[in-house]
Amino acid sequence: MKVVANIFLKNGVLDPQGKAVHHGLDALGFDAVKDVRIGKQVVIDLDTDDEEKALNEVKEMCEKLLANTVIENYEVEIKK
Amino acid sequence: MRVSVVVFPGTNCDRDTKWAFEEIGANVEFVWHNETDLKNPDLVVLPGGFSYGDYLRSGAIARFSPIMKEVIEYANKGGYVLGICNGFQVLLESHLLPGAMKRNENLHFISKHHHLKVVNNENRFLRNLEVGEIVNIPIAHAEGNYTPESEEALKALWDNGQVLFQYVDEEGNISNPNGSADSIAGICNKTKNVFGLMPHPERAMKSILGSKDGVKMLTSFLDK
Repeated sequence: MKVVANIFLKNGVLDPQGKAVHHGLDALGFDAVKDVRIGKQVVIDLDTDDEEKALNEVKEMCEKLLANTVIENYEVEIKK
Repeated sequence: MRVSVVVFPGTNCDRDTKWAFEEIGANVEFVWHNETDLKNPDLVVLPGGFSYGDYLRSGAIARFSPIMKEVIEYANKGGYVLGICNGFQVLLESHLLPGAMKRNENLHFISKHHHLKVVNNENRFLRNLEVGEIVNIPIAHAEGNYTPESEEALKALWDNGQVLFQYVDEEGNISNPNGSADSIAGICNKTKNVFGLMPHPERAMKSILGSKDGVKMLTSFLDK
């Protein structure tokens, strides 16, 4: 079973990469863009059929390693 | 004085750091990341570089090296630890120092000499320097944008005398190269035995190389 962890800088933490891409999109004429946030996606293949267990395990991985919870938030979901 | 310099895969300032400490009279040993013996040091140094290729986040993987378990235990017992550049990032990821690093505000890798102001010298690392003294020490990093966990955490750093260096210009006015909160270049922990800074004192050891202000900084620690 594959689990996806999406990791982003917390709201309120300035995202320098997102800001730079926002400027680039503005320059290209995409003037409806309000905000751009850039994050990471980690796809983990787990040897289990238990969805709840898989999600909990990946949450624990986020807490311990995948995200830096000082500045980053994460969301996990089963990849269908 | 015995200094142990930790070497991770991807560390690249290990030899410069060893040389710098030997220049001022220390006995320096390298300690490889998968060793578990710190070799009985007076000071552990985590040098600069790109440990584990900066994969995931700078310092995030190095934290799980076998030697880091020893470094954390050593620091928690009051042992002195200095983290330079990537070493600072490893200290943050290891929670030996508070906060985190983001990409530099302008997204560039910045490599240049920079002036720093001594904010606090009531610690072993900077005790030979004066408060307000300006030193010239190079920086070389892409992720040096120091970010505290919260406004309260930032205030606590100031209240506890944990902010040791700020980025300034030659005259001492704030000059922030990377977006760090309050232009912070270096901090220590509450008990003042763990110090992390982004600038590279080991690259400021000879006038012919642009500055020898690193000598004064590093000898602060070594002097009896």
